[in-house]
Amino acid sequence: MATAAEQWVLVEMVQALYEAPAYHLILEGILILWIIRLLFSKTYKLQERSDLTLKEKEELIEEWQPEPLVPPVSKDHPALNYNIVSGPPSHNIVVNGKECINFASFNFLGLLDNPRLKAAALASLKKYGVGTCGPRGFYGTFDVHLDLEDRLAKFMKTEEAIIYSYGFATIASAIPAYSKRGDIVFVDKAACFAIQKGLQASRSDIKLFNHNDMDDLERLLKEQEIEDQKNPRKARVTRRFIIVEGLYMNTGTVCPLPELVKLKYKYKARIFLEESLSFGVLGEHGRGVTEHFGINIDDIDLISANMENSLASIGGFCCGRSFVIDHQRLSGQGYCFSASLPPLLAAAAIEALNIMEENPGIFAVLKEKCKRIHKALQGIPGLKVVGESISPALHLQLEETTGCRERDVKLLQEIVNQCMDRGIALTQARYLEKEEKYLPPPSIRVVVTVEQTEEELEKAASTISEVAQTVLL
Amino acid sequence: MVFTYLGYGIGTLFGYLRDFLRNSGIEKCNAAVEREEQKDFVPLYQNFENFYTRNLYMRIRDNWNRPICSAPGAVFDVMERVTDDYNWTFRFTGRVIKDVINMGSYNFLGLAAKYDESMSTVKEVLETYGLGVGSTRQEMGTLDKHKELEDLVAKFLNVEDAMVFGMGFATNSMNIPALVGKGCLILSDELNHASLVLGARLSGATIRIFKHNNMQSLEKLLRDAVIYGQPRTRRAWRKILILVEGIYSMEGSIVCLPDIVALKKKYKAYLYIDEAHSIGSVGPTGRGVVEFFGMDPRDIDVFMGTFTKSFGAAGGYIAGRKDLVDYLRTYSHSAAYATSMSPPVAEQIIRVMKLIMGLDGTTKGLQKIQQLAKNTRYFRQRLSKMGFIVYGNEESPVVPLLLYMPAKVAAFARHLLKRKIGVVVVGFPATPLAEARARFCVSAAHTREMLDTVLEALDEMGDLLDVKYSRNRKSARPELYDEMSFELED
Repeated sequence: MATAAEQWVLVEMVQALYEAPAYHLILEGILILWIIRLLFSKTYKLQERSDLTLKEKEELIEEWQPEPLVPPVSKDHPALNYNIVSGPPSHNIVVNGKECINFASFNFLGLLDNPRLKAAALASLKKYGVGTCGPRGFYGTFDVHLDLEDRLAKFMKTEEAIIYSYGFATIASAIPAYSKRGDIVFVDKAACFAIQKGLQASRSDIKLFNHNDMDDLERLLKEQEIEDQKNPRKARVTRRFIIVEGLYMNTGTVCPLPELVKLKYKYKARIFLEESLSFGVLGEHGRGVTEHFGINIDDIDLISANMENSLASIGGFCCGRSFVIDHQRLSGQGYCFSASLPPLLAAAAIEALNIMEENPGIFAVLKEKCKRIHKALQGIPGLKVVGESISPALHLQLEETTGCRERDVKLLQEIVNQCMDRGIALTQARYLEKEEKYLPPPSIRVVVTVEQTEEELEKAASTISEVAQTVLL
Repeated sequence: MVFTYLGYGIGTLFGYLRDFLRNSGIEKCNAAVEREEQKDFVPLYQNFENFYTRNLYMRIRDNWNRPICSAPGAVFDVMERVTDDYNWTFRFTGRVIKDVINMGSYNFLGLAAKYDESMSTVKEVLETYGLGVGSTRQEMGTLDKHKELEDLVAKFLNVEDAMVFGMGFATNSMNIPALVGKGCLILSDELNHASLVLGARLSGATIRIFKHNNMQSLEKLLRDAVIYGQPRTRRAWRKILILVEGIYSMEGSIVCLPDIVALKKKYKAYLYIDEAHSIGSVGPTGRGVVEFFGMDPRDIDVFMGTFTKSFGAAGGYIAGRKDLVDYLRTYSHSAAYATSMSPPVAEQIIRVMKLIMGLDGTTKGLQKIQQLAKNTRYFRQRLSKMGFIVYGNEESPVVPLLLYMPAKVAAFARHLLKRKIGVVVVGFPATPLAEARARFCVSAAHTREMLDTVLEALDEMGDLLDVKYSRNRKSARPELYDEMSFELED
């Protein structure tokens, strides 16, 4: 039966062959020949595998010369020769052997050599020793840390606070914990380097808006809204953040927070506020830019600050609602993978908070002094003051640049050196020129602290004025 | 192994069930929630990201973040805390569990202790200099203490120059980008620490990973890199940097330094070694893995380490040739933007380094190092004799003990705390999913009695929980050597 069926099929096939049109047969014939050719031709190999012999590989390895690990740095590079401070960097400072009045350290509330802080730190040293020998998750959490977090949360009137052991790492770890690849972040162009690094680590889409320009920001937000309407499903999972600083370190200006909050609710973006310079400076009780503008603190999703400026300690903290802050306890890299803050520094920070709560009058005094020096430094020939009158960290930039950044830096350094000879310690604002996206022009940093007396402020202003005249004209 | 995955599977199922109950309102939701006004914003967290946290981690959360209220020495005091609602919130009872033996803190030389007379210099520096610095290294933040410390570190490591930074994590994440950039290649070990990975990512260089401590894998990558160059353009790489650690914190293994140096010389790559755990704890005089293997410090290009572990302080350093350190003084992110180290912390490091080097005229430092080595060997021998699976090199003071199942991890830690021993347990995501472990850090401050107490308790716990997985018990007879219970050799 099988053979009959086979024959029958064969007969059918032969018949079909006769009946098919000619072109069909020719096409099929060509295809079959092509397949046979492909089957028997050599497979296509990538060139190099068959090209390099072992001997050639060894030669390549011999020949290859890498760049030197580090390029040489010239001996008189301005950033290489540090100012060496002997003794404490407090109000009267001894720099490079000269005694000066300190206008360069960020010691806004003058707490760097406060005896109460030292006593609190000493008590902590006696009880705990110096280091914590472990990250927060593995027996590195001390009751001092929990205390400090509690106090900070209460002071800022938020639900929770979290402490980091280094100021730079605070915002650089907080941003990548929330903003991931695919999220959109709107940042001011004058944001500080720590924020830039945090953004780089987060791999999100970054959209920069002009410094303090709310119209530019609104334009970007509107563009984003139009994009969203084109692709609503993606828009539903893309988070949006606006990151601003309370008081900008690079320009000494305050961010327009009320408008930002309005934009936040209009375009549904979250605000992260970096208050390193404004914590302990602005506001009636020193709570920062939210108190300064009278905004409800719950409107800001995350406030991050470092404790190295007003609190005269080391480290940083983030505060906000528990919903937001608790996430960092497992995903903040600088929190989970790094040892916790030494308890003596935490104890000093608690004591500094106590002092801040006990005399809220110092903030008004600081504001007065800032205004005074701002006025006194106006009108220096050749230098212009950059920064608002309430900002304690000002910049003095050259009114007319020479055109070349190196020469500007040299001129400013000359002014700084002569001021130091006359007893006023100043410093230039240092940046990494190749790494910054929007490099600010070279400037001298002037820092106002509560401890500077009126005579000293006057003396500083007149010294700078005289020196500037001699150097620049 | 099968039971481990089964355990995770059941946990996941329960997780889905609980989530469902929570969402439909049957079960009360204890987690924090978004503000009313912001409910129509894009959600801050994806549901899936937090799945593991909410359901698996929350159940055993009480084993981590245990607060203590004394110095983290050989014994410490743990604050007692209880939870009324299954670990969503904790309440401190106010009582303190005193004299818990500390097997968790990185206190290798036993220097993290309450104040005693030897710390008087730290007290003086605290009173003279204060605490904060308020400025960056390049501006007004370099104190004479920093200079003193840097000179001492360079002398300690036998290199030309060194630079110190305020935080160990930040040392890696801010200096690797300064050393390499686009067009360079980074070859990093599989199990490198988060700070090294972050630093490598931030630098913008291409990263390739080689298998943990596996020299063949590294050699293959090096050969391919030098011969074929960059992926598509075929241009030669500008530099090749190999990132390894001295002792790996989760494995306890020591890097095969002689092999890596031989490879590095042959292929002209640069070596960056992170000695966070090994500085001060291995080597005849505590100088780290370079001394452990008896090698020349000039062969390593970049030495990096932290002061948190053996030195009982905080901060990190990078040391090497003078031109390297000069370059970092100028171009490191930390030097330009981050505050410098606090003076009393610097003084503590100076004091400890002088102690280890013997510069204070006594041999106390040397004795501590020898005590640590003795304790390590004793502890590891007893553990493997008891039949536990222990990873790592025989000499490394970091001892991971494999537990595998997540439930056993929790039971282990809780029971041991009841017996007044504090241990550290780690699970996913710090370790692979199926290899949860308990990690012990042996310290020079542990006495023989303390170690014996701990070992007895571990023996009982091992029998109770059935974690003695090792196939070779008692004295290992060579013919019983089984692949299941291997130790990662160097």
